[in-house]
Amino acid sequence: MELLNALVAFTNFVGVPAIAYGSQLAIGALGVTLVYSVLRFSNFAHGDTMAFGTMVTILVTWLFQGAGISFGPLPTALLALPFGIAVTMGLVLFTDRTVYRFYREQKAKPVVFVMVSLGVMFMMNGLVRFIIGPGDQRFADGERFIISARDFKKMTGLDEGLAIKTSQGITVVTAIIVVALLFWFLNKTRTGKSMRAYSDNEDLALLSGINPERVVMYTWLIVATLATIAGVLYGLDKSFKPFTYFQLLLPIFASAIVGGLGSPIGAIAGGFIIAFSEVTITYAWKKVATYVLPETMAPDGLVQLLSTDYKFAVSFAILIIVLLFKPTGIFKGKSV
Amino acid sequence: MSDTVKHSLLFAFVGLLILMEGATSFAGIFSGSWNSALVILNMGLISAIMALGVNLQWGFAGLFNVGIMGFTALGGLAVVLVSTSPTPGAFAAGGMGILMALVMGALTVVGAVAIYKFMKPGIARTLVLLAVLIAGFFIYRAIFDPSVEAVEAINPALEGNLGGLGLPVLLAWPAGGLLAAGAAWLIGKTALGLRSDYLAIATLGIAEIIISVLKNEDWLSRGVKNVVGLPRPVPYEVDLQNDPSFVERAATFGLDPVEGSTIFVKLGYSILFTVVLLALLWMAQMALKSPWGRMMRAIRDNEVAAEAMGKDVTRRHLQIFVLGSAICGLAGAMMTTLDSQLTPGTYNPLRFTFLIWVMVIVGGSGNNFGAVLGGMLIWFFWIKVEPMGIELIELLTTFMADDNWLKAHLIENASHMRLLTMGLILLLVLRFSPRGLIPEK
Amino acid sequence: MSGNPYQEDRGNKDATITNTHGAGTMQPAHRKSGPTKKVEGDSPFLIGDCMTGGYGKGPDILHDCTIAVNPGEIAVIVGPNGAGKSTAMKAVFGMLNVRSGSVRLDGEDITQLTPQDRVVKGMGFVPQTSNIFTSMTVEENLEMGAFIRTDDFSNTMEQVYHLFPILKEKRNQPAGELSGGQRQQVAVGRALMTQPKVLMLDEPTAGVSPIVMDELFDRIIEVARTGLPILMVEQNAKQALEIADKGYVLVQGRNAYTGTGQELLADPEVRKSFLGG
Ligand SMILES: Nc1ncnc2c1ncn2[C@@H]1O[C@H](COP(=O)(O)OP(=O)(O)O)[C@@H](O)[C@H]1O
Ligand SMILES: [Mg+2]
Repeated sequence: MELLNALVAFTNFVGVPAIAYGSQLAIGALGVTLVYSVLRFSNFAHGDTMAFGTMVTILVTWLFQGAGISFGPLPTALLALPFGIAVTMGLVLFTDRTVYRFYREQKAKPVVFVMVSLGVMFMMNGLVRFIIGPGDQRFADGERFIISARDFKKMTGLDEGLAIKTSQGITVVTAIIVVALLFWFLNKTRTGKSMRAYSDNEDLALLSGINPERVVMYTWLIVATLATIAGVLYGLDKSFKPFTYFQLLLPIFASAIVGGLGSPIGAIAGGFIIAFSEVTITYAWKKVATYVLPETMAPDGLVQLLSTDYKFAVSFAILIIVLLFKPTGIFKGKSV
Repeated sequence: MSDTVKHSLLFAFVGLLILMEGATSFAGIFSGSWNSALVILNMGLISAIMALGVNLQWGFAGLFNVGIMGFTALGGLAVVLVSTSPTPGAFAAGGMGILMALVMGALTVVGAVAIYKFMKPGIARTLVLLAVLIAGFFIYRAIFDPSVEAVEAINPALEGNLGGLGLPVLLAWPAGGLLAAGAAWLIGKTALGLRSDYLAIATLGIAEIIISVLKNEDWLSRGVKNVVGLPRPVPYEVDLQNDPSFVERAATFGLDPVEGSTIFVKLGYSILFTVVLLALLWMAQMALKSPWGRMMRAIRDNEVAAEAMGKDVTRRHLQIFVLGSAICGLAGAMMTTLDSQLTPGTYNPLRFTFLIWVMVIVGGSGNNFGAVLGGMLIWFFWIKVEPMGIELIELLTTFMADDNWLKAHLIENASHMRLLTMGLILLLVLRFSPRGLIPEK
Repeated sequence: MSGNPYQEDRGNKDATITNTHGAGTMQPAHRKSGPTKKVEGDSPFLIGDCMTGGYGKGPDILHDCTIAVNPGEIAVIVGPNGAGKSTAMKAVFGMLNVRSGSVRLDGEDITQLTPQDRVVKGMGFVPQTSNIFTSMTVEENLEMGAFIRTDDFSNTMEQVYHLFPILKEKRNQPAGELSGGQRQQVAVGRALMTQPKVLMLDEPTAGVSPIVMDELFDRIIEVARTGLPILMVEQNAKQALEIADKGYVLVQGRNAYTGTGQELLADPEVRKSFLGG
């Protein structure tokens, strides 16, 4: 019984939040890894692309809410999501046309693209703040919980409750669908294969008649989709704030690099590794320990390895350890 | 027009902008206040120094440092550690314990590295390694936590930290450089490699970690409670205002004592900063022309050949990375001195890392004068884009009614034009003048 | 420093922000094709005629170099290392700019076409290096070879598998995991998937054992028997000239000797300088 309580407490405070956060990071990291594979640079504007997509989704959500349209127990934002994706697609394609394409024609070096993406990052960041302001926005509506802690306790008779928020459930389901679709696209469709071919060997792709501009266009469309979905899921789960999204860049880069830049599976694995280590190391284990350990050994302190403010430090420490031992990341990406 | 003339004109243009800020209130953009002009000038000088440091790394060695914010903050920390007076009783209460804990932590890491190096790979090594790390961590926390509690309990409203050495604040500047250099050495040692490096992610991460340490470790820098009232290398305004001879001299310039004293103090900073900037610029130029600088550029332009000639590329990269970061640390210390407070909550990568990159690229990567120009010019715009944006939006929306929601929204959010404009400037320069305003020769 | 400021990376090699894996090297990759025009008169099926040019703004590598091939023929280019054999092939394929001279295919001047458009015109090319998609399976490599085809290409794939049975066995393995000889088969197979009208091979036997080399030569002869003209660069000059209908000896970007394979093999000068006596 005690063990069961410990397990439930662990699942409630570590397992569920980490799975949700890990899925969000994974979808974000997939976008970064795709740009890295096909366009061959790390996109510093990715966090702000996520912010932009989320912002559009929020605006449409407000519009729907104003018009009395709702999605029953699910958040209205899910209805608004396709609009957010479409507008973000438009923005990234516009950016590619007006900004990045020139450098492709010049055969610019990847690091030049990185600097260009810094400029795009500034502009998108400013644009989002300009439109929606720098403040915190909550836009989740509908049912808050799939199971609340109280219901769980009543159902099971345990002392510990297990709460699963709707946003967490949606995150996991969406992540599974998105990842399955993406892998199907990359591995089974002609266009997806041509993207992989272009990433593997650009010259040979050209000699096979693959049109680089089309490959790049599809990549941006997918990246816009992934970024918007990741951003909206994160926003539903926590809240939306432009600066927070900009800062998500670090754990997202860390996920992509830990997993192996350029490897989609790696991006997913990396997302969960980073999320689980962040949550476990900054979790106060007192509760779980009290259940598991005999009474005489019950801890006085919180048994927290590091304060929550150090979550960046954790993702980063994991990253350094992985890079020291496996410079190409866990799933052997293309770096190094 | 020769290049020299053109470049001098660019510098003159920046000077003119600052003079206009002091002398005119043209179009609502310039404030017509010499105080404000000097504020811009002072931060511009500091920005120029930061840009100089980054330019050393990027311009001369192609190293992509996105952790400038962290080095700047370390410089700020140095000011607290060097110039504030020690908190009475803090060292006895817990300072010793904290130091011991830190030494313990360092020993654990060194021990772990030694085990990893000297034991044969296998289960045994993994287990020993884990045991050492876990035991080390718990011992560290056992010593660290009570000591920290003791220190933070001392007069928490005003102190609650160890305090500093009580040395003159000017000493904190080189100390800031040293602190940043130490951090850079550690990062460089792990992240710089022969075939490739991962400096970008390493610096990005370390910078965030440094900021979270500053925010959370109250015993060190009072965390988000900030350290205020740091000592200054220049006189206080009140003292000047109470000094009859100063008041008299201010009067001869037609200034009242308050304005005279604020300007005098800011001028004092300007002179100090200019001296530092010129000294660094001179050193950077000399280094560039020295055999060392030529070698750095040879490595940059053809690493394979340089390596074949027996140059230790990684070592050179480490050197220049440490040097450049030290300069950023120095600038960070100067900035904290200028503010006379350390406010860890205000460090933001957009402002302290990426804006410096805009300065370097706009000024001209690989050219020290370009970095200085970029630093001053971009800083001016960073400050002035906001009033310009408001002017612009008011101009564009004159046809709208005053209670129009769009107009209200636009004017309210005009301040965010700043980031948008910086991005636009960067993109325009990268596209149309990719070598920057003052290109590398 | 290179002349193009956008190609300035200051020696940066930060693997966390830049990816150099598989990056393109072709100079005019994004250039648009220019016009083609019909040419009158008698001319070989594929000819690179009096080509002069080099890489980017660098010095000329080719000097008035001419190579040609006709249906049913195997034409072989031999010559010392660095002679410009690969460069000549790339020039014929439009992967670098020729300053003067022209490339004609089937009575049409295609000098202004991009490599992609030459593929559409029916040219197949197997480069000397990086000639497969290492991270993709054998079958995916073949599919990518057929990328421009809109019709059903399963027949062609069967033909390729018939020609190289080992590939059928390894169809679901990543091509990067195959042996050297098998990789070359994938590379040739990929080029055959477009059903080209002419096939250009740059050192198809590089780095394979002598037994595998003989095997590969047999396959190439088999392909040539179907009437497909083959233009081929070879290190192993002797064996190559033995199966060649036409041979070119290239030295420092110039045609040094030209003749049938047998003529060149019999030429004492050629034997002395290039065939080791
Ligand atoms: N991508 C390139 N850029 C510049 N020069 C090149 C390039 N590739 C080859 N070269 C030069 O062109 C010359 C001929 O090379 P290549 O055609 O590869 O010779 P071969 O194939 O006969 O061995 C050599 O001097 C080589 O250095
Ligand atoms: Mg060759």
